[in-house]
Amino acid sequence: MLKSKFRKLLIPALAIGAILMANPAASETIKIGAVAPKTGPLAGGSTVTHWPSIQLWVNQVNAQGGLKLKSGPAKIELIEYDDRTNPGETIKAVQRLATQDKVDFIIAPYGTGFNLATAPIFAKYGYPQITTTAITDKIPELTKRYPNIFFTLGDTTAFTKSVAEILSKMRDDGTIGNRVAMVNVADAFGIELANAARPIFKSAGFEIVYDKSYPLGTQDLSPVVKGAKASNPDAFVAWSYPPDTFGLTALAKIENLNVKAFYTAVATAFPAYQAKFQSAAEGVLGAGGVNPDTPEMMAFIKAHNEVTGKAPDYWASPVVYASLQVLQQAIEGVGNKDRAAVSAFLKENSFDTVIGPIKFNNQNNEAFWTVGQWQNGKFYGVSSTGRPGAKPVKAKSGW
Amino acid sequence: MDIVVIGLLLGGTYALIAIGLQLQYGVARIMNLANGELLVAGSFGAFWFFSSAQLSPLLSLFIVTPLAFVFNWLIYQYLIRPLVRRAKNRGQLEVDSILATFGLSFIFVGLMTAIFGGEYFSYSYLEQPFNLLNQSYGLNRIAAFLVSVVFCVALYIWINRTQTGLTLRAVAVAPESAGLVGINVPNTLALAFALGGAVTAAGGASLSMFLTFDASVGVIFTMKALIIVIMGGVRAINGVIISAFILGFVETAVATLIDPGLTLAAAYLLFIFILLFKPQGLFGGHAS
Repeated sequence: MLKSKFRKLLIPALAIGAILMANPAASETIKIGAVAPKTGPLAGGSTVTHWPSIQLWVNQVNAQGGLKLKSGPAKIELIEYDDRTNPGETIKAVQRLATQDKVDFIIAPYGTGFNLATAPIFAKYGYPQITTTAITDKIPELTKRYPNIFFTLGDTTAFTKSVAEILSKMRDDGTIGNRVAMVNVADAFGIELANAARPIFKSAGFEIVYDKSYPLGTQDLSPVVKGAKASNPDAFVAWSYPPDTFGLTALAKIENLNVKAFYTAVATAFPAYQAKFQSAAEGVLGAGGVNPDTPEMMAFIKAHNEVTGKAPDYWASPVVYASLQVLQQAIEGVGNKDRAAVSAFLKENSFDTVIGPIKFNNQNNEAFWTVGQWQNGKFYGVSSTGRPGAKPVKAKSGW
Repeated sequence: MDIVVIGLLLGGTYALIAIGLQLQYGVARIMNLANGELLVAGSFGAFWFFSSAQLSPLLSLFIVTPLAFVFNWLIYQYLIRPLVRRAKNRGQLEVDSILATFGLSFIFVGLMTAIFGGEYFSYSYLEQPFNLLNQSYGLNRIAAFLVSVVFCVALYIWINRTQTGLTLRAVAVAPESAGLVGINVPNTLALAFALGGAVTAAGGASLSMFLTFDASVGVIFTMKALIIVIMGGVRAINGVIISAFILGFVETAVATLIDPGLTLAAAYLLFIFILLFKPQGLFGGHAS
C-alpha cells in the first residue's frame, strides 16, 4: 500500500527532476532587468507605454527560442522591479540589478527624470542605457558625460518647434489666426516645454493671449478652460500630463472651446483617449504620433493586442519596442553578453525597427515623430524630424 | 457669478472626499490613511458597472455604497478592533491606526493594480454642457454636486435629529462617558467607520464621472480630505462640509482672478492660517 503510493509519487518527482536538470544544459539564458513604475503617479503612463512593450518583446524572443548568441540561443529571463514612481527606488533597483541580480542588460527606466537620475549608475557599471521615454534639451551634454546612454524619443525644442510649424502652416493656409492660448502643468516636463515654446511661438509671429500653469493633480480645470476661452484664441496648446489631458479635453468639449487647432501633450496618443472621446477626438493634435499604416506597425499593433490584451499607444509604445529591437540586434550582432562590445556596436550600426531605421548620431536618434493628430480613429504623425509618411494636418471642426 | 458656481461645484466634490474621513477620524477616531484608496475603489466600482453593464454611475451608487459599508465594517471588526482593544490611550491608537491603515493603503493599491491594471481609467457619462445663467457647466459635475448635497443633508439630519445620530455624537465627544450611559460604544464606532467608508466610496463613484483616475491616485484624495477635515474641526460634520465649500471657493477664486498655478499655494496658505489662529479647526469648539 505504502509502497505503491511511493511509487506513484516517485515517477513524477523523477520526471520533474529530469526536466529541471536537463533545462539549463539544453539552453543558455540571458538575464535582463527592467525597472519602472507599476504603482505611483506615473504608473498610469508606464502600464500603457512601457511594460506591455517589454512583455511583448520578451514573449516574442523566447517564442523564437531566445536571443541568437554565438554559443547558441539564449532565452530571456526577465527581472522586473516596481520603483513606485520614486527616483530613489529606481536608483536602488538599477544598482540591485547590476550588483545582486547580476543581469546581463538593463532596460532603461520610464520617464525623463528617472533616466537622468539613473544615468550615473548605468555608466558606473557599464550598462548601455537606451532611453525611450526621455525628452530633454540636454542630450549633447548628457551623451558627452555618459558614453553608454542613447536617446530615441527626441528633444524639447524639436517638440515645441514642430507645434509652432504646424500652427504656422495652418495660419498660412488661412485656417487659424495668430492668437494662441497656452497652458502647462506646473511640473518639470510642462514648465520646460512652456519655457521652450514661448520664444518659439513669438518668433513665429504668434500672440500668446493666455499663458497659465496649473498644479499637478488639479481636480477642477474649469477656471483654466474658461480663462482660455475668454481670451478668444485661434489655437489651444496644453503641455499636459495624462489626467489633465483628459480633463482639459472633456472641459473644452463642455465649454465648446471651438478652436481649429487643439493640442494636448502626453496621453493624447493613448488608445484610452480615443475610447473616451470617440468622435470628439477627431482632429485633436497631440505629442508624438506614428505612421500606423506601415506593415511593421500593423504587425506590432496586432501582436501587442494578442500578447498583452490591449492596444499600444501611438507614440512611445512602438519606440520602447524599437529600443528593444535595437538592443536585440546589437546583442546578436556582437554574439555574446559583452556589454562594452554591445555599446560600441550600438554606436556604429543602423537598426531596422518597427518605427523605421534607427541610426545613432552621437548616441542620439535624430529621426522621431513630434506631432500627431487623431484622424478617422487613428493617431497619425503629422510632423516629424525625418520620418517619412506624415499625413497632412486637418483643421478641427467642433466637438 | 462664474466663480460662485464653479466654487460650489468644486466644494461639493471636496465635501464628498472629506465627510467619509470625518466620520472615520472624528467619530471612530481612526486616522484612516487608506481613505483615498477606498475612494478610488468606489471609482473602479462605478467604472466597472458602467463599462461592463452600461449601468449609470448614479445607479451603481446604490450597489457600491452598501458594499463599501459591509467591507469597511469587516475591516473595522477584524483589523481595527484589535488595535482599539490593545491601545492604552488615544495617542497610541492614533499611531497604531496610522501605521495599520498606511499599510492597508499599499495593499489596496496592489489589489486594484492586480485586478484592473495600472493604467488611467476614464469614461464619458453626462459629459455635456448644462447652461446656467448663460454659462455652461459639465452636467456630470452638477450630478456629482447633487449627490454630494444629498449625502451632506442626509448625514446632517441623521446625526442631529435621530437617536442613532445622538449616540454617534456622544461617542465622538466622550467615548468613555458614552459607555457609562448605556451606549454600545464598540458597535457605534464600527458603524461610524463603516458609514465613513461607504460615503467615501460613494464619493469615488460620483467623482469618476468626470475625473481620470488610476490605482495609485488615492493618496491625493487622502491628503485633500485630511486638510479639509482638520480645517473644519475634527468633531463636527457641519464644519467639514463648510470648510470643503470654503476651499472650493478660495481655489476657484484664485484660479480665475489670479493664476491657476497658485491654487495649491492658496489652499495650503488657508490651512496654515487656520492652524495658526484656530488650531482646533473652524468648528472644532474648544479643545478639552
